[in-house]
Amino acid sequence: MTSDKSKLGFFLLLSPLLLWLMTLIILPHVGMFFVSISEKVGVRQYETGFGNYAVFFNEPLYWNTFARTAYMSIAATFLTLLIGFPVAYYIAKLTKGRTKTTLFLMCLIPFWVSELVRTFGWMILLRETGVVSNFLQYIGLVDGPIEFLYNDAAIMTGLVYTSMLFMVVPLVTTLDSLDDSLIEAGYDLGGNGYTILREIIIPHAMPGIVSGCIVVFMLSLGNYLTPILLGGKDSLWFTGLIYSQFITRFNWELGSAFGFLLLGLSSLIVFVGLKLSRQSLTETMGR
Amino acid sequence: MSEIADLECRELSKSFLDFQAVKDVSFSVPKGTFFSILGPSGCGKTTLLRMIAGFQEPSSGDLLIKNKSVLDVPPNKRPVSMVFQHLALFPMMNIAANVGFGLRQRGVDKREIEKRVETVLERVGLPGVGNRSINQLSGGQKQRVAIARCMVLEPDVLLLDEPLGALDLKLREHMKIELKKLQAEFNTTFVYITHDQSEALVMSDQIAVMNHGVFEQIGTARELYYQPKTAFVAGFVGEANKYDAKVTAKNGDALKLVTGDGVELSGLDAVGGLNEGDRAQVFVRPEAIKISRKQADIKGMDNGHSGEIESILFNGANSQLLLRDNSNGAQINITMPQTGEFRDLTKGDNVYFGWEAEQTRCYLADKVS
Repeated sequence: MTSDKSKLGFFLLLSPLLLWLMTLIILPHVGMFFVSISEKVGVRQYETGFGNYAVFFNEPLYWNTFARTAYMSIAATFLTLLIGFPVAYYIAKLTKGRTKTTLFLMCLIPFWVSELVRTFGWMILLRETGVVSNFLQYIGLVDGPIEFLYNDAAIMTGLVYTSMLFMVVPLVTTLDSLDDSLIEAGYDLGGNGYTILREIIIPHAMPGIVSGCIVVFMLSLGNYLTPILLGGKDSLWFTGLIYSQFITRFNWELGSAFGFLLLGLSSLIVFVGLKLSRQSLTETMGR
Repeated sequence: MSEIADLECRELSKSFLDFQAVKDVSFSVPKGTFFSILGPSGCGKTTLLRMIAGFQEPSSGDLLIKNKSVLDVPPNKRPVSMVFQHLALFPMMNIAANVGFGLRQRGVDKREIEKRVETVLERVGLPGVGNRSINQLSGGQKQRVAIARCMVLEPDVLLLDEPLGALDLKLREHMKIELKKLQAEFNTTFVYITHDQSEALVMSDQIAVMNHGVFEQIGTARELYYQPKTAFVAGFVGEANKYDAKVTAKNGDALKLVTGDGVELSGLDAVGGLNEGDRAQVFVRPEAIKISRKQADIKGMDNGHSGEIESILFNGANSQLLLRDNSNGAQINITMPQTGEFRDLTKGDNVYFGWEAEQTRCYLADKVS
């Protein structure tokens, strides 16, 4: 009897998660999949086929955007790691107690503001009549106003800024668990800063690095606001294409196909990343 | 011993913001010595060791290895290696990579590294474990890998920071002997810090007893045990019965004292400098006290008392008796003789006990107490 009861409790507790997964993730995807494999042959006439996917591969603009989104996201992930690692190392290893909490909180504080507002903040800074442009003119470095927005660098800045926290948090957690005496032992045995970083710190932090990278990569790949607002109409972000298929063109079939392609891409890249770093998903996410 | 000392400290001090951890410590360790620094926790011994390793900079004083000052040498260039308290083996590498770490940093050829790693692993008694991971080793094996990792670099001095602390008692006893053997095998100078006196006494050629940042005494285990120079050493090294007493008469080194409870004692002025009327701390080793059922047996002894057995702390060869002195009610601790004669002693028995004045070492009590 007790086992039946505990089973009931288990399923009751599990039900919110199952409901969430079923209604918000699985059902829409199944629906989207059926939409994506239906071709429009006439008014309200559909045939099943992979025509929508063929459209993607036959139109260079689409797969160029697709590839561009992928490598920009990878670049943003690496840049975030490059900037986030020293920050995380400083927080985890070189500070203690109150300072540590304060610094950690300072990483978190920007996220109290919505992403839209933060992105507008960047626009205020970077636009032609913005703070940076005016400042450069004021100190006499440039003659006329400069437009910093609507280029790849602006997109990259926005992406790195948006995802920094998601890199720093897992890194701080793993670096925190690195025993200081290991680093000291490394020095004691004749290692220098570089070899210790390469042979001791990075191998130890690898699960954190990988889980941070996965999260940041997925966030960047699926980001819509930042590339559109900071990159302008030339941003060529794949999510932008999906949006326009659904909303502007009313072409849900092609939009759904794009959605699935993006899902496939992110899964593939994460899989390759895990293989390259010799980590497993359970190991990196289970921490 | 006329050759150059492997390690020498000259008036080494270390102050932190509000207190001085190490005060003017000077000592030198000849080559091939097993040198221990023994002290209670918080006495500054870890700070001292970390200064030798280079992780902390001394506030003043000089530190010499093979007669060369190493104050300006960073820890990764110093010819010393350290075995950390929790060993600090690198869990991300296998054993061979751990042991070879230092050699790789020096840019030694890959083949040569393999060869030397295997040799040193053989010397510590772990041949052929190179490909195993750290977690597959037992506590004692990890210990030996940690030592091998240091010894493969052939350091002038090996520092050990209480490496036996984490082991269980049986293994600790075993590793004491093992460490001593390894030290003899490599013939390297070991500087070993510990708070466990038996580790220090068993293994060391020389022991320094440290308290509140200063060296109280440096000597061999025997010297520290039989001729402690300060009250702290007398109380810290080995067990002792302790009395607070006042000097009533003095004749050369021989003293007459009386305790607060009015017991008269004959003692020896251990380091000189005690005068009539001084307050003294008196130490008597439990094994220096003779017990007997007959008063006649202790008649000739300088100090003679009788007492009732309060409890018997049976511990095989190290069994002890706790007695309550009949004359003053003071508790006294006596090692039970192993001759079998007293095997049938029970609680409540009355026995006579006594000891010689030579075994009663007296020191000037701290002014404060």
